[in-house]
Amino acid sequence: MPHINVMTREISFKVVYCGPGLCGKTTNLRYIHEHWNAGHKGKMIELPTETERTLFFDFAPLDFGEIGGLKTRFQLFTVPGQVFYRETRQLVLKGADGIVFVADSQYPRMDSNEEAYYELKEHLQGLGRTLEDFPLVVQYNKRDLPAVATVEELRELVNKSGVPDFEAVASTGQNVFETFKALVKLVLAELRKKK
Amino acid sequence: MAEQQLVMYEEEFVQIQAVVDRLLRDAMAKVVMLVDMNGQLIAQSGETDHLDVVGLAVLTAGNVAATGGIARILRENGFAIQFHEGEKANIYTFLVSNRLILEVVFDARTSPGLVRLRLKKAGEALAVILEALSRKQNQPGFDLHFEGITDEDIDNLFND
Repeated sequence: MPHINVMTREISFKVVYCGPGLCGKTTNLRYIHEHWNAGHKGKMIELPTETERTLFFDFAPLDFGEIGGLKTRFQLFTVPGQVFYRETRQLVLKGADGIVFVADSQYPRMDSNEEAYYELKEHLQGLGRTLEDFPLVVQYNKRDLPAVATVEELRELVNKSGVPDFEAVASTGQNVFETFKALVKLVLAELRKKK
Repeated sequence: MAEQQLVMYEEEFVQIQAVVDRLLRDAMAKVVMLVDMNGQLIAQSGETDHLDVVGLAVLTAGNVAATGGIARILRENGFAIQFHEGEKANIYTFLVSNRLILEVVFDARTSPGLVRLRLKKAGEALAVILEALSRKQNQPGFDLHFEGITDEDIDNLFND
């Protein structure tokens, strides 16, 4: 749920990138933060382990300037992808206004994709929500690598609900902004729905 | 599990800012911040000009969330107060009604005992304001103006 300050006319949304370990969540965030020029941006914070895996979360604050007369800010988070970080993942996901599920397109990662997808489904069910009615976008990352599954196969696995999805190469920025933009639209549509 | 949304209104915002400013003075602190559980900064006071307050707010909320996880493992209800002692800077955090985090950054100009005392008092004052704010949440009076926003408007934001 967005944080709203009536006096300063500010609204702030929380967006979380989740998905299996090393699927490219942090790479998405880094690319968006580095190339953000729609408004002011705060410092990006990364909390990695020695092996560059995210320990708790990464964070990037982005200002959009004014939307609908309100100063609008999106705070982007990633969660740690490894299975044993479930507890911290749940902490970061709490209060999310929108979620990007990043899948790793490589064949050997299909089990991890599926496991992460079901965990997300369970998390949303815990909130009384479903994959269909929550602002969610799916990204099939690492499309440039060999031995990747087809989009149809990936859809069958991690997008049964048919939410907007994108083929991406986060390391080069391909479809990174498109993914984020699609989520921003869903998040703002959700707010309009609540009115 | 769904949390209640916190919408900040002018009347309560002014009251909250007054409590935060007073705590800064009374505790002789460097910085006082009020943050929600998602890391959104609600109010701040003190020497924040060269401080990444947004980052500090998010990490503080993450820290409180992680400590809450530790509490669950130990079958505690939670840890209302946390203290971090550094070489120059120290931090006290206090959970207000399990919804907001009141944080005081201080140095050798004051003492942990004094900060803790003032922090608890300020926390109690904030809990009262928060209660009033919760009662107000369902009242109309704030037009978000998001109805007129089209997908094209959002596309244009990204094209700038």
